[in-house]
Amino acid sequence: MNRPIKNATRTAVSVTGLRKAYGEKIVLDDVDLSIGEGEVFGLLGPNGAGKTTMVRILSTLIPPDAGTASVFGHDLHSEPGAVRSLIGVTGQFSAVDNLLTGEENLFLIGRLLHLAPTERRARAAQLLERFDLVESAQRTPATYSGGMKRRLDIAMTLMGRPRLIFLDEPTTGLDPRSRRTMWQIIRDLAADGVSILLTTQYLEEADELADRIAVLDRGRIVAEGTPEELKRRIPGAHLVLRFADAASLDAAARSLREGSRDDTDLVLRVPSDRGIRSLRDVLARLGDGIAVEDLSIHTPDLDDVFFALTGTPSKEQNQ
Amino acid sequence: MTALTLAIHDATTMIGRELKHTQRFPLLLVGTIMVPVVMLLLFDYILGGPIGHGLGNAARGAPYVDFLVPGILLMTVAASCGPTAINVNTDMTGGIIDRIRAMAVSRGALLAGHVGGSVVRTLAATIVVTGVAVLVGFRATASVLDWFAVVGILAALSFALAWLSAALGLVAKSVAGANGSTLPIQFLLPFLSSTFVPADSMPADVRWFAAHQPFTPVVESLRALLTGAPVGSTAYLALAWCAAIAVTSAITISAACSRNRRVTRRVTVATRPSMPSP
Repeated sequence: MNRPIKNATRTAVSVTGLRKAYGEKIVLDDVDLSIGEGEVFGLLGPNGAGKTTMVRILSTLIPPDAGTASVFGHDLHSEPGAVRSLIGVTGQFSAVDNLLTGEENLFLIGRLLHLAPTERRARAAQLLERFDLVESAQRTPATYSGGMKRRLDIAMTLMGRPRLIFLDEPTTGLDPRSRRTMWQIIRDLAADGVSILLTTQYLEEADELADRIAVLDRGRIVAEGTPEELKRRIPGAHLVLRFADAASLDAAARSLREGSRDDTDLVLRVPSDRGIRSLRDVLARLGDGIAVEDLSIHTPDLDDVFFALTGTPSKEQNQ
Repeated sequence: MTALTLAIHDATTMIGRELKHTQRFPLLLVGTIMVPVVMLLLFDYILGGPIGHGLGNAARGAPYVDFLVPGILLMTVAASCGPTAINVNTDMTGGIIDRIRAMAVSRGALLAGHVGGSVVRTLAATIVVTGVAVLVGFRATASVLDWFAVVGILAALSFALAWLSAALGLVAKSVAGANGSTLPIQFLLPFLSSTFVPADSMPADVRWFAAHQPFTPVVESLRALLTGAPVGSTAYLALAWCAAIAVTSAITISAACSRNRRVTRRVTVATRPSMPSP
């Protein structure tokens, strides 16, 4: 998505030399990070890469072993209270109270934020409306779908009007439609000027939402940049053309003049960074004379990113 | 607002949450009432005859039920340990604790809410159990002042045991474990005190334990207050025990919390779900 990069004049999050280990297992290894105000920052990595630990440290839940971190200039260690009043956290595990109704959940957070009763009610009503929860406001989350629970979770996070929101895998476990809704919610938050740290396992999601992405691998940041910069570093989308015989493969390779060929599998891989236009070009150049047995389109995924950046596939890393 | 009024405000909010939980899920409260009521009926109707005959001077000529009910009130308070530990553990192992800890909420408000909610719930349960006791023939000879003292001792014990159960719920790895760890408090300690029979009638080793454990002075001061016997210093001993239990538990909780801050208890989902194309 082509949202212009905002002018990050102030820093929302600043992290230097952050380290965290549990016993022998190093979870975060000398991580530096900077998130500008109003920026959507994507932290991309597989399970066990250290994403959740990063969020837990930045939201003051656990202290780092070494390094410093600050949120809007407030040091996490010396001013945790100031940090907590500026942040909101929505984790990958539902943080709603299952015995309270949707509305009571929001009231509870409003009370803990010490909002005046009128403001508490107004804010809750507004958020229920915004997240399409008005009809289910008087029911307990036990009756909610996964997407509704996640929306209530975010509504609770927004009760305190945080200026920085941590979204830890906000779409994991959601069905495609709820995922789309969640994406729109995140875009709306960004449009309001809220700074967001989003963790995800999905390149597509980071690409869709983030202004900048950092790729986390075994506790280290192995790449950082805009989605465009990152995608330039990985093998892009390509067409996979399969032929019936070597002669057709030869003919195709001659007329296309690009791509890499695999003579044993009779396969030609042709870059197709321009989507349908690439596809149409390739088909036009092949013409009617060359018989293509099979055609598939390969788009880069997290595995490609990981393979390109670390040389190892993004298979499960041990927790 | 000062830090103290904020802390009180937050604790009150969390107590309100606990009471709402009880209202939504009353099963735990019902259990807290059922256990002592069953014990009361069992000991009064089934076992009470021979026990009552064997009591001799300890009953001071009154029916066994008058001897028994102070102990049943103690069991009512003890029975609330299970629900409290379960509630604390449910919060600690769920997601809500992280949300609250990442907010500028007074530290300890959540546990204070559990303790406060537990005391209110327990006192409500003791009122119901006292009502049942009166129905089966319990007659107290206590003055209004004595009744205030009874309520005070029950509240103090409830407060102390709520902190103890909160500590047990905090360190337990699972809800079942949290409940299990309170069973000795709910059942073993009452039986090994003068709840059902005087400690004097027990074998020597058990008698020594019964005479020196916290439930005995509690039940004996309740019994003295309710039957109009001289209370002596047992009430002070009972309150001292309650204070000791509360303070020890609070220290344990504070140590456990600072340890927890260094250890994540999260279990991350082990499989990477595939990306459905939206």
